[in-house]
Amino acid sequence: MSDASINTQASTNEAGFGDYFALLKPRVMSLVVFTAAVGLLAAPGYVHPFVAFCAILFIAVGGGASGALNMWWDADIDHVMKRTQNRPIPSGKVEPGEAMAIGVALSGFSVVMLGLATNFVAAGLLAFTIFFYVVIYTMWLKRWTPQNIVIGGAAGAFPPMIGWAAVTGGVSVESVLMFTLIFMWTPPHFWALCLFMKSDYKDAGVPMLHVTHGRRSTRNHILVYTLLLAIIAVGMAFTGVGGPIYLATSLVLNALFIIGAVAIWRRSEEASEADGFKREKSFFGLSLLYLFLHFGAILAESALAPYGLGGW
Amino acid sequence: MSFRAEHEIHKRRFGRNLGVALVLVGFIAIVFGLTVVKVTRGDYEPENSVMTN
Repeated sequence: MSDASINTQASTNEAGFGDYFALLKPRVMSLVVFTAAVGLLAAPGYVHPFVAFCAILFIAVGGGASGALNMWWDADIDHVMKRTQNRPIPSGKVEPGEAMAIGVALSGFSVVMLGLATNFVAAGLLAFTIFFYVVIYTMWLKRWTPQNIVIGGAAGAFPPMIGWAAVTGGVSVESVLMFTLIFMWTPPHFWALCLFMKSDYKDAGVPMLHVTHGRRSTRNHILVYTLLLAIIAVGMAFTGVGGPIYLATSLVLNALFIIGAVAIWRRSEEASEADGFKREKSFFGLSLLYLFLHFGAILAESALAPYGLGGW
Repeated sequence: MSFRAEHEIHKRRFGRNLGVALVLVGFIAIVFGLTVVKVTRGDYEPENSVMTN
């Protein structure tokens, strides 16, 4: 092998800054940033704008760190699944050990910095979130039980609670309800994705519900969880973070979400195959809008409160 | 005078180093900003008893 061939090999595989940034799962991070920001802004009390900015940044970094640790642990699965084959580790740009080192370092950094910037209740919640996502979900549940996404979804539901705790220094009914909203939203959101991603999880040997219990059962589960979600989402309108704007938004979105879930429940596999999973894909798209608008409405209620318009 | 042709890998390494440098500068700015906010807000003022002694 000549020097020239070594250089060529290195140039195609050596990671750029963007590859390390991709380890932090920027798309997931955007959801973390948004929900944490809403939790922080809706909380009663005052926090300096710069401290608020730092708190959201450290929560995002903590979320990113757990994403890097997830990629390190799941590199074998990511290598098999089409959706994840281009991630930095399976594509050979970042070594698994590097991802682990970055994940561990950023986890410690984000927890300590959040504690120093705000309080150690928020920092403790962030540490628990990272632990839950990496150890409970990634290392344990994901490859063991078809309920992986149900229980593991808790990790993605913590950011608004952390944002709330950053201001108040504690946990309250409202912050737990924001947690519950994301917790109940995650299964129907993810199972809809599973229905049209088809064989990816099966090939990787991940026991997702549609792999272990069949697609009919997955459709049933989507409907049941959507109905339970609607009760919680609409019920939140009558708590401290709700109000008429939230109630109107929630009623419309939950009506649309239930219509979508019923349509998925009534469909046969043949009908779904025939139109390329059109209904399932639109339900998945709606689920993203659903969460964004619910938290947007909570934010609107909180922003209008000083003018006597938000809340009840 | 250039001693060797610039390879794509050098650009990538420069981008990586620049990224790390910017992250470090950002971290310094954040620590400085947090310090200013917390000190001006009085988070680290000594207790009254200490001040009177």
